Amino acid sequence: MSVYAVLFYVLAGLTALSAVAVVLTTSIVRAATWLLFTLAGTAGIFFLLGADFLGAGQLLIYVGGTLVLVVFGVMLTTQDPRLNLQIGVAEWLIGLVTSLALLGVLVVSLAGLQEPPDAPEGPRSLPPSRQLGAVLLGDTRATPVAPLTGTPQLNYYARVRVHYLLPFELLSVHLLVVLIGAAYLARAKRRRVDAQPPTSSSAQGVAP
Amino acid sequence: MIDLNAYLFLGAILFTCGVCCLMTKRNAIGVLMGVELILNGATINFVAFAHFNPTFEIEGQIFALFVIALAAAEAAVALAIALNFYNNHDSIDVDRAEELKG
Repeated sequence: MSVYAVLFYVLAGLTALSAVAVVLTTSIVRAATWLLFTLAGTAGIFFLLGADFLGAGQLLIYVGGTLVLVVFGVMLTTQDPRLNLQIGVAEWLIGLVTSLALLGVLVVSLAGLQEPPDAPEGPRSLPPSRQLGAVLLGDTRATPVAPLTGTPQLNYYARVRVHYLLPFELLSVHLLVVLIGAAYLARAKRRRVDAQPPTSSSAQGVAP
Repeated sequence: MIDLNAYLFLGAILFTCGVCCLMTKRNAIGVLMGVELILNGATINFVAFAHFNPTFEIEGQIFALFVIALAAAEAAVALAIALNFYNNHDSIDVDRAEELKG
């Protein structure tokens, strides 16, 4: 067994077991910790696949950004620990049966999958971030000239060279709108009417 | 030999765990974690296809980047909604969000 295979099995086992632990654990704090291992393992899988930029992006954005956001959400919504947030056995059974059926469907469809004809063996490096940036900025020459897979082998159909400038711009504007919307939704405002009225010093935000 | 199917199987496991998480958690933050798991499974599929099909080695990475960015945006909005819900109801239990029930 090669080093590549050993690395894959270690990383995939870590990722899959942590994902199962996220589902099975009852404490939300532990679920967040297991999610950290799942996300980091996914980043390792990206590095293994040769997508260095994506692996770094996954670590920076997911592990460093989204997960911290989730942990802050957990901390800001802590409540009475005596409160029971568990679900019944029947609901567990429904969820488990549905998920296992879904996994079965996916595995059966995987079994009938045909490998791409020129699938590379072993590790290889994907295009670097410079090329990704060129495609995002509208350079059609950055997409590879290659035969279209899934067509009859006798005919050579070259794929169309495209760029992704418009989706990139849409994504930028979308992020801007979403962040403004999130800041608007999550801004501090008055509590419920029957909540305890704030004292004058805390209402003014004066530090003691 | 590690082939495409091994990576797709890992993606399927993550996706299934995410769906199970969505159905069995009553904490809104837990539901959000399930969505993150689902998106991670999809991203692994994209990158695996980029690796094993050289024709689409750019597209797989681009789509994975889009998924990561959209997941960050989705997490921000979902957390804002969850915090708002917590401020209004003093609870994070999604079963108590029934004001819109017909």
